Amino acid sequence: MGYHPESLIQELNEVARRLRLDVIDMIFRAQSGHPGGSLSAADIVAALFFHHMRLDPHQPDWPERDRFILSKGHAAPLLYAALAERGYFPTEELKTLRQLDSRLQGHPDRLKTPGVEMTSGALGHGISIGCGLALAARLDGSDSRTFVLVGDGEIQAGVAWEGVMLAAKYRLANLTVILDYNDVQLDGFVHDIMPLEPMLDKWRAFGWHTLEIDGHHMRQIVEALDTVSNIHHAPTVLIAHTTKGKGVSYMENRSTWHGRAPTKEQYEQALAELGGM
Amino acid sequence: MADKVSMRIAYGQALAAYGAENKNVVVLDADVSASSQTHYFAKACPERFFNVGIAEAGMVDVAVGFALRGKIPFVNTFAFLLTLRAAEQIRTAVAYANTNVKLIGSYGGLSDSFDGPTHQSVCDVAVMRAMPNITVIVAADAVEIGKLVPAIAEWNGPVYLRVSRAEVPVLFGPDHTVQIGKGNVLRDGYDVTLIATGVMVGRTLQAADELARQGVSARVLEMHTIKPLDADLVLKAAGETRALVTVEEHSIIGGLGGAVAETVSDGRPVPVVRVGIHDRFCETGPYEALLDRYGMAVGDIVAAARRAISMS
Repeated sequence: MGYHPESLIQELNEVARRLRLDVIDMIFRAQSGHPGGSLSAADIVAALFFHHMRLDPHQPDWPERDRFILSKGHAAPLLYAALAERGYFPTEELKTLRQLDSRLQGHPDRLKTPGVEMTSGALGHGISIGCGLALAARLDGSDSRTFVLVGDGEIQAGVAWEGVMLAAKYRLANLTVILDYNDVQLDGFVHDIMPLEPMLDKWRAFGWHTLEIDGHHMRQIVEALDTVSNIHHAPTVLIAHTTKGKGVSYMENRSTWHGRAPTKEQYEQALAELGGM
Repeated sequence: MADKVSMRIAYGQALAAYGAENKNVVVLDADVSASSQTHYFAKACPERFFNVGIAEAGMVDVAVGFALRGKIPFVNTFAFLLTLRAAEQIRTAVAYANTNVKLIGSYGGLSDSFDGPTHQSVCDVAVMRAMPNITVIVAADAVEIGKLVPAIAEWNGPVYLRVSRAEVPVLFGPDHTVQIGKGNVLRDGYDVTLIATGVMVGRTLQAADELARQGVSARVLEMHTIKPLDADLVLKAAGETRALVTVEEHSIIGGLGGAVAETVSDGRPVPVVRVGIHDRFCETGPYEALLDRYGMAVGDIVAAARRAISMS
């Protein structure tokens, strides 16, 4: 894997900006949804869907595709934006988020939305589901990889660590967890509600390979994902330090914007701060 | 009395035999393979056996991941742990997501009798029945288990199968057939219909014999599939015999009794008397003695039949 040109990085940054605009627009139209955790993971999702993962939007069921599990299912608007912008379904459909008869449910539904690998929304499932996908790929002799995006708050759930143990036992190098470490959850700061530090030590003690990055620095994200491809002895976790609500000043680092829709005025300010539609 | 054969061993051997042929089968167990008898499969197909440790909830999600890639995962642990500790995993990732996961609840009912109420399972069927998309099955004997393993593997969708720990009289011959969603008429009759599931089928046949001696003609239906219930068979019995008794080794709330009562109240109201555990936990003791003490004696079935007839 050679050095990635600056043009790629700029392109992915522009994708991430586009995804953030989509997220704000969707949640404003629906007047419901979770902006904070969608904005924090936008750069990571842009890198995965528009550069790193092996996908074919024209064949959502292609067996050799890489799998992406959105364990933090409340970031559904971000996933929908990425799928639409990538060509899985028309971007126009994003406007239907959370409406009756929409394919875009409040949380991801694998049976309704093209490209959604797994239903999610209840937290703590993704790592174990990823383990099953990775073990099955190994049985099949497939080099398809599995990526699981988890929130920081959700690994307070003990069941998440059942999957962490299992991945280490079976040395699932084809499984990558990306931890969106924005330090904010519904009720406040993660470090107040239920601290997770020392985060890296926890994963290392459980037998995982760890990488720590700035989750908004596109070159770091892309290069870390490249690095993961060369780790063959263990599952890897990318601890991505992020800012909840990234890109919209009044949402940043505020738990009140975990699950709330902007007013018209706030919406217009957000669009302006993100550089406009 | 017919020979008794262990239900769990029959399950373990059937799974190993079927799984050896169908390479899509994977088996997961939460550190109870020596109890659930999945060790037979583990020995036959070690590369497709995964012991996840005492981690029931995570095990269900791992199975979901397998199912997403087209595998047929059989998830095994004690019935109470599977259906209660992993209930949210089952609700979200198996039922709602409609993934092709086979949930096998071992040690159903009171069959882990000496371990007591912590290990006995009196509400697993009710919990599973309440979840959309899940097919709920209770096996009656070792022969039926052998037929059910391939049937549920080839059934497209999530299934909960309750397996007993007990040694149970063999009721069926090798030509016994199971069709998921269809009950079996074991005996015809016209005064009352006894609808039984699981281990209680044998006792229900004994009750029908006793009723016959008393001059009461009892129809006996064996209902391995609790959901979707064979409503046609139940409503036909309601119409023709006008009195029903349900018999199960489970709480009378939410299991077979609940399913039958709901079905006839919607379609053909007749008295339904429910034989089972009366909304309580039981205790430690010999298995057959527990069944007798907690409302599932042959005499209880006979009395229930008489009460149903008296109300019809």
